[in-house]
Amino acid sequence: MTPVDRPTMAGGARLNAETLAGGLGEAARLPWRERTTPRTLRRDGRLWTAWTSWVVVLFAAPGVALIWIEPLTAPAAALCFAHAWAVPFLQARRAARSVVAIGTSAPVAPRSCDSTAGAERIALGLLGDLVAHQERELLAATGLAVEGGRLGVWVIGEQGALLVRPGGRRVDSWCVRVGDHDDLPGADRVAHLLLALREDESGFAKVANLGFSGAVWRVRGRLDQRSRPALDAARERARSSF
Amino acid sequence: MARLIRLDRTGHTTLAEWTAEDEIARARASTEFERELERGMIASATRADGTAEVVRELPLDAELVIMRRPIAGG
Repeated sequence: MTPVDRPTMAGGARLNAETLAGGLGEAARLPWRERTTPRTLRRDGRLWTAWTSWVVVLFAAPGVALIWIEPLTAPAAALCFAHAWAVPFLQARRAARSVVAIGTSAPVAPRSCDSTAGAERIALGLLGDLVAHQERELLAATGLAVEGGRLGVWVIGEQGALLVRPGGRRVDSWCVRVGDHDDLPGADRVAHLLLALREDESGFAKVANLGFSGAVWRVRGRLDQRSRPALDAARERARSSF
Repeated sequence: MARLIRLDRTGHTTLAEWTAEDEIARARASTEFERELERGMIASATRADGTAEVVRELPLDAELVIMRRPIAGG
């Protein structure tokens, strides 16, 4: 039975992602943004690589020139090299920090510890039901949900997501969250993003803000130890599934 | 038994449960569903293949319909 064939309470046809003018309702409210496709991802990835290369050259070249002109300016040249290293480092660190594992964000609205823990447990139970068995174990270990899509393999946290591209060499970092999330348990925030991703992957990426695109190793090194297995699993799946 | 749930501060709240035979429960579920939509919630029905679908009317054959809040870029 196709989605349109299914019965509804009012007897009308249900709206699916395609009929919602642009897929995800949230994405339809952003007409000035283009939908994310493998082509736009490749283009944005190339821009990020060009930008990062430019930053490195911009800061490293004066350092090289200083040493070539006068070796005694080596301390000043070192500052230039430090900048050339620090800017890409900070970009990658921001990408890693944008994916917040369940349980590591600031506490939700003031409530008793018992009610907070209870809500988190209930939310985690539902999220566990939404993911497959293997991903459930990963979720419990890392606090991140891994979900395969057409654009690649996603690693979803409370306030953002990483997309490991097919082949497993490049990762994109996306800032995306529940609009009004202050009172939600962490697992519910992840469930929101997971559902939106499943509803319309391209629209999900359209709504999210791309914050980084680069090599997986650059982000992996800045992820906390607990989260790394999720990225490793996503990379492995991106290598083998596409 | 099919369920309509809302993701909220308690983890989630079950708004309605229904079966194909129980018309009263179906009507109650539909009322709850409409009320949540009016509050700005988005309804997501999970398909058998693991994908999800945005729905504007309560799909009576769905096992689980989840009401969620809109997402936004960070």
